[in-house]
Amino acid sequence: MNDMTLLERDVDTKNIKIAANNVQVYYGDTHAIKDVNVQIEDKTVTAFIGPSGCGKSTFLRCLNRMNDTIDICRVEGDILLDGEDIYDPKVDPVQLRAKVGMVFQKPNPFPKSIYDNIAYGPRIHGLARNKAELDDIVEKSLRRGAIWDEVKDRLDAPGTGLSGGQQQRLCIARAVATEPEVLLMDEPCSALDPIATAQVEELIDELRQNYSVVIVTHSMQQAARVSQKTAFFHLGNLVEFGETGHIFTNPEDPRTESYITGRIG
Amino acid sequence: MPTLWLVVLLFALAAVGFVLGRSRALATAGGDARALHSLPTYYGLNVALSALVPALGVLAIWVLAQPILIETRVSGMIPDELIPEGTTRGLVMSDVRRVADGLDEAVRQGSLTKSEADNLRSDATDVRARLGEVGVALGSDVRPEVLTAAQQFRRMTTTGNIAMIVVIGMLAAGGLAFAYTRTNKDFRARNVVEQGVLALLILAASLAILTTVGIVLSMLFETLNFFKLHPWTDFFFGSTWAPNFRGDSELSILPLLWGTLYISFLALLVAVPIGLFAAIYLSEYANRHTRAFAKPLLEILAGIPTIVYGLFALLTVGPALVKVFGRGEDGLLGVDWMTGATSVLTAGVVMGIMLIPFVSSLSDDIINAVPQAMRDGSLGLGATKSETVRQVVLPAALPGIVGAVLLAASRAIGETMIVVMGAGAIAKFSLNPLESMTTITTRIVSQLTGDTDFASPETLVAFALGLTLFVLTLGLNVLALYIVRTYREQYE
Repeated sequence: MNDMTLLERDVDTKNIKIAANNVQVYYGDTHAIKDVNVQIEDKTVTAFIGPSGCGKSTFLRCLNRMNDTIDICRVEGDILLDGEDIYDPKVDPVQLRAKVGMVFQKPNPFPKSIYDNIAYGPRIHGLARNKAELDDIVEKSLRRGAIWDEVKDRLDAPGTGLSGGQQQRLCIARAVATEPEVLLMDEPCSALDPIATAQVEELIDELRQNYSVVIVTHSMQQAARVSQKTAFFHLGNLVEFGETGHIFTNPEDPRTESYITGRIG
Repeated sequence: MPTLWLVVLLFALAAVGFVLGRSRALATAGGDARALHSLPTYYGLNVALSALVPALGVLAIWVLAQPILIETRVSGMIPDELIPEGTTRGLVMSDVRRVADGLDEAVRQGSLTKSEADNLRSDATDVRARLGEVGVALGSDVRPEVLTAAQQFRRMTTTGNIAMIVVIGMLAAGGLAFAYTRTNKDFRARNVVEQGVLALLILAASLAILTTVGIVLSMLFETLNFFKLHPWTDFFFGSTWAPNFRGDSELSILPLLWGTLYISFLALLVAVPIGLFAAIYLSEYANRHTRAFAKPLLEILAGIPTIVYGLFALLTVGPALVKVFGRGEDGLLGVDWMTGATSVLTAGVVMGIMLIPFVSSLSDDIINAVPQAMRDGSLGLGATKSETVRQVVLPAALPGIVGAVLLAASRAIGETMIVVMGAGAIAKFSLNPLESMTTITTRIVSQLTGDTDFASPETLVAFALGLTLFVLTLGLNVLALYIVRTYREQYE
């Protein structure tokens, strides 16, 4: 108990990027997320772990209102981004998603050239004044996505022609190109081989310099490797949230311990 | 009639074979179905099929071949000088057949005995009167050669029928006996029946293909006949369509092709935007309830017979267009550009309406096939729905949509009823959509309906037109399928 208060005090002193208070999510009659409270810090990697169907992806998609595209989905409670409620009617979900970028489970490059894939976001948001600026944005994003050296000679080639790992880094570069403040990643490595996974993880660690990163993962090793904070979800509840090292070495809740030692999940 | 009875008999035999095969299989296994290689039914089916299939196959060929063989043999008996000027051997042969049928009828009604019919002589009896009594009217007196030919025709038909019954019966019995003796508990009846099923499916598939080939060949031969009577240069490169029955017709496809393409173009101009936007709304914007309600409603349009669209063109759209573009001072625009209800625009608009469900339904399927991940990726970058549709979904679906449009175009080019009723009948090159024009299909209809003989170029031109149309739509369909196939894999 003493540890918990220490931890909370520690969190309070840092810069909170996203704060979720009493979030409930319903799919039709199904209560998918129950009473979740999470505070996501700036310039930190936060990992969501938990067994399949525990609601971690659903919760992630609430953070940039991607659940709006699902008819039967209903969200209650407050999610504050920099102290502003993102479910407020004044907030434009389209603007929000430019600020809170997302990388998906399966690499999903558009059937366009590599250049156009990256330039897509800046173009629709009007981030570049001219072609030269757009070129700059594309190069900078590809460099941040750690893929520039591999594709700089074939920016006109279709993005779909890259390998799986390259495609995923392209998608990360594409998300970075709109200058988001938060980057949500929904199991970004589940379709990749170990080498590509290592490259993406390295990239996530670099992205931490500039962004707040939230990553959903099935791999506990991955969570341990890349994240500073970990949240464990089970059956729609947030069971435990805290420092990654703390969660993996000294979990408070028996369910967390069962999961990370492989007894459930 | 004997053929029908023969078929019934064959099926009865097959049923008996089924029972026999099944019980023999069970008997060899000592009454325990578990000891059999296959289920008892398969043994029965094997015997039944062995009795039925070869016999039915031979029967089908026999029924088709026998009349042709007899015709050629009998028509050889008719001397050339008997064929009147200006007619053909075929006309005399139809006389022969009528007399033969008449004799059959007379025998059946009892006014002639069998031997009387066989030995009837035209110089001794008034055949025409005798046959008239039993209700067979003949156009002229029967000449002795025709009567002999008819009697020969009857004899050969009777012999052929008897031979057919014997051969088919033996085949069926033989098949049954063969399969029956092979039936024992280790016989792999299941595999044999499986082969039979495969053969049946192949037969069905090849019948469809053969029919297409047959249609093309028949068109091709008639077209060749046409080109023997009419120069092909005029057909393909002439500029006037003016058929007459004096023998100096100008039959060029070009004005008709122009009308066809112009009307189809207008139809696509109506159908493609509306159909595509409807598809985008249904697949991207509409919620499930709207979709479940609106999609079938839209597809009802596809179920309306084209003749109804034709009426709609003639009675509603045409007069409405005249009201806008015609009637001088009384019209809505105060102009007098349009005189009659039939015009390119009338047919084009109505055909466009007809094609809307075609385009929308195909495009809807194609848009739905674009992976959701593409949309998520775009929405996740902060794009709006319409930006996503315009820049990600549509480019990804474009090859499929182009294919759908080409398929719609080939429907438009081949469409008949709407243009017959809505487009008019004047063949000309004109850009004015308010004038009436005519199409290939319309001309085929008008050249072939009514009293026609199939020997004049004015009639045979219909086949050349039809073949050109077929090649055109086939080419479009192949192109459409090629485009759809080539670009589809990219997103999977």
